[in-house]
Amino acid sequence: MLLSLRVSLLAVVFAALIGLPLGAALAVGRFPGRRALIILVNALMGLPPVVVGLLVYLALSRSGPFGVLGLLYTPTAMIIAQVVLVTPIIAALTRQTVEMLDAEYAETLRSLGVSRLASVPTLLWDGRLALMTALLAGFGRAIAEVGAVMIVGGNINHVTRVMTTTIALETSKGNLALALALGAVLVILSVLITGAVSMAGMRSASQEVRHA
Amino acid sequence: MIRALVLTMAGVFGAGAAWAEVIVLQSTTSTQNSGLLDAILPQFEAATGHEVRVVAVGTGQAIRNARNGDGDVLLVHARAAEEEFVAQGWGVERFDVMYNDFILVGPATDPAGIAGSVDVVTALAAVAAARGVFASRGDDSGTHKAELRLWSEAGVDVGGASGGWYRETGSGMGATLNLAAGMQAHVLTDRASWTAFGNKDGLEILVEGDARLFNQYGVIAVNPERHPHVQAEAAQAFIDWMTGPEGQAAIAGFDLQGRQLFFPNAAR
Repeated sequence: MLLSLRVSLLAVVFAALIGLPLGAALAVGRFPGRRALIILVNALMGLPPVVVGLLVYLALSRSGPFGVLGLLYTPTAMIIAQVVLVTPIIAALTRQTVEMLDAEYAETLRSLGVSRLASVPTLLWDGRLALMTALLAGFGRAIAEVGAVMIVGGNINHVTRVMTTTIALETSKGNLALALALGAVLVILSVLITGAVSMAGMRSASQEVRHA
Repeated sequence: MIRALVLTMAGVFGAGAAWAEVIVLQSTTSTQNSGLLDAILPQFEAATGHEVRVVAVGTGQAIRNARNGDGDVLLVHARAAEEEFVAQGWGVERFDVMYNDFILVGPATDPAGIAGSVDVVTALAAVAAARGVFASRGDDSGTHKAELRLWSEAGVDVGGASGGWYRETGSGMGATLNLAAGMQAHVLTDRASWTAFGNKDGLEILVEGDARLFNQYGVIAVNPERHPHVQAEAAQAFIDWMTGPEGQAAIAGFDLQGRQLFFPNAAR
């Protein structure tokens, strides 16, 4: 259970480090191929986990380009696969949020002499509540995912076995009651985390209203 | 003499914690889902200090993973494929470890009238003639290879029936057994997976005891000449232990619901 949390939370952190700036750049940047890139990022939100698992396996396999790193069948490999899955979700949702804010504030920011690029931190901060939802969507994808982590992690007991792969294993053993119980634990865990983050977001939003 | 020397050296090297290695064992779902590996690996780890990480997939996938260098040692059950793996230079040498048997499981209502038969080939022909639903692994696993061999002996072209009464799940043994329970289908399974399976729901053993249902497991170290990064010494220590008196006794000592599931038969 802790491994599930560690892998998925770290994956979301890394995906956010890539996805937030990428999404913001797509929102405020003006460069050739931008529209095509936006479509691509949106499409990648639907990446099948099993395909990502296969690609990351081929890359990290000893016969693959990054085989010398010896990362296959480690939690690191699982984090890499989940970062690939989650980054497009965070980037696409960030792009949408920032683009809407940009349309709203662009004139004000320009009149204050803030360049498009320099306005990114302001826009990200202003949209932090909506962006929190983007991170939660990414986290939901990561914690619920089984196809990719099964392939690149190998479902090794005490090393790479997470909640979802345990549920898959117990189901394949025919221990359906145990699998269902573990599923309930996973859902509760997900609800608790999402709930805590949402509550924190709502509280800070209501405080802002009061200050204003 | 040489063997004793190797065993002693393995013991000496394994005893010191500084020499402890982590090896990846590419194995099959039957050895893991039955609980065998969970029962015997701690004994190996205590005896040698090495740590074994098990990746349990079908035999075909296990062999492909090992060929890619993503494992140090193989424990699988498809003799022809194992010998090919060694002949092509990917493995060092193949050793017999243990055996059990396959069984033909099906609906307790026995629609094909094969219950109690000891001739699995005739029984399969009867299932085909009755258009009895059959769930196949369809995943190039050891069990799938054995099943295809039996169909070919029965003279049944299952490829033509695929999607009809013959249904390829493309999944592991457990998933296929779940599916068979849901569809009340016939299915070929190893006895260990069946005994350990918790969702038998209306299925029972229909055919067992045919010599053609023999299921041999072999162990092979991945060749360090092909993959220099493999833990060759620890892999050899594992093979020596599995095929030696301690490992063989551990395999024989593992039982589930009072029943021995794997029978050691290393040629030492």
